[in-house]
Amino acid sequence: MLALDEAPNPWFDGGYVTDNWDTIMGYLGEHVRLTVGAVLIGAAIALPLAVVARRSRFLAGPVLALSTIVYTIPSLAMFAFVFPFTGLSAETVLIGLAAYSLVILVRNFLTGLQGVPDDVREAARGMGYGPLGLFWRIELPLALPAFMAGLRIATVSTVALTTVGVLVGHGGLGQLITGGFNANFYRAEIVTGAVGCVLLALVADVLLAGVERLVTPWARART
Amino acid sequence: MGPGADVNGLGDAVVYLNDPFNWTRPNGILELLGEHLRISVIAVLAGIVVAVPVGIALGSAGRGRGAVVVLSNVSRAVPTLALLTLFAVSPIGFGATATTIALAVFAVPPILTNTYVGFRGVDADVREAARGMGMSRGQIVRRVELPLALPLVMTGVRTAAVQVVATASLAALVAGGGLGRIVALGFGQQDYGQIIAGAFLIAVLALLTELLLVLLSRAVTPGRRTSPFSSGRRHPAAGPEPTAAGMPL
Repeated sequence: MLALDEAPNPWFDGGYVTDNWDTIMGYLGEHVRLTVGAVLIGAAIALPLAVVARRSRFLAGPVLALSTIVYTIPSLAMFAFVFPFTGLSAETVLIGLAAYSLVILVRNFLTGLQGVPDDVREAARGMGYGPLGLFWRIELPLALPAFMAGLRIATVSTVALTTVGVLVGHGGLGQLITGGFNANFYRAEIVTGAVGCVLLALVADVLLAGVERLVTPWARART
Repeated sequence: MGPGADVNGLGDAVVYLNDPFNWTRPNGILELLGEHLRISVIAVLAGIVVAVPVGIALGSAGRGRGAVVVLSNVSRAVPTLALLTLFAVSPIGFGATATTIALAVFAVPPILTNTYVGFRGVDADVREAARGMGMSRGQIVRRVELPLALPLVMTGVRTAAVQVVATASLAALVAGGGLGRIVALGFGQQDYGQIIAGAFLIAVLALLTELLLVLLSRAVTPGRRTSPFSSGRRHPAAGPEPTAAGMPL
């Protein structure tokens, strides 16, 4: 008993990371898959929703009100609500996360589209752009900075939120956090999970910032 | 799980919530709710005590912008679960104290950022005019800057409060208390009704917190009253609040 109390429990332990490299990479892989999947699904639904809400002022209100409500639901409750439908599977986490990134993205997409000046739209129409060309060649590029800002926020917060998936056993690196807690408060495992999450979020943010520079070359030229 | 499982879960949840014993027994809903609220209120108040003075000092002086931006961005990347767990395995030990400290840490960035932006945004001419009228530094902060910055300060407090109430439910994953325990216990016992009932209570509490603080900020904000629920028509750019936490919890 005394030996257990005296056992060292360091916050950082490189040995833990090297010994459990495969396990950590497995959880990291799940974390990345869940994040990318959730943001892609969210974006795929948010874009048409934002376009429709941009066109009709009657729809903009309800869409924003609903997104505020979904936004306010805590993640623990969200995953618990989805759980009866999909059980203890990664889909439960994926659906919950996709719902959150959807509401973040729809707001940012809508802000981006509303930020396109009416004059510009008018001029493009005058130059003979049809609705599709107008959207694809004029509105989308102008709204791109707001889109990318939304994608970055959604991705970073999805990385952090994925950890709550431990509730159904699919929390990516979050599994290390609660795993270490349940393994007699094993600090090295907990810190590995926590630091891994933060690093993953930062890497994702830097990558998206790079993508943003690539897809908006005109913004780079101006500065 | 069969296709009817969701319906059963919902029905069981109603049964669970309708049983008065589940509310009043030791470790029942009322006791967990009380604990949840106590932890959350203390954490938010602690966050206000720390963040508002710092935000006022930095914002009025117009200094420390980089630090505030970095803090608010980094706080978004740190999983709340990680911080709750780290405090729980620190020498503080798991329990209400560790949970409250972790939540207070999360309450600071939104309040600090919004207070900073609110005070930073006060027109220099207004400040100049107040000084010309013979107001002291303290009077300017209290009687000129604070009323102008109050809407944003309240936005920060609201964001922080909703975040804290939501995050407090995660404490149950690392042996903490609060309403999250109903959900965690439900998972432990494979009791779908209890899981849904707990999730429902947590969601309602978060929505009520948001509503209460929207009303509170309307009550304390001087000047023109605008309905916080209107959107689209009168506020065309109904985008995300630029300085709120901007993330679900």
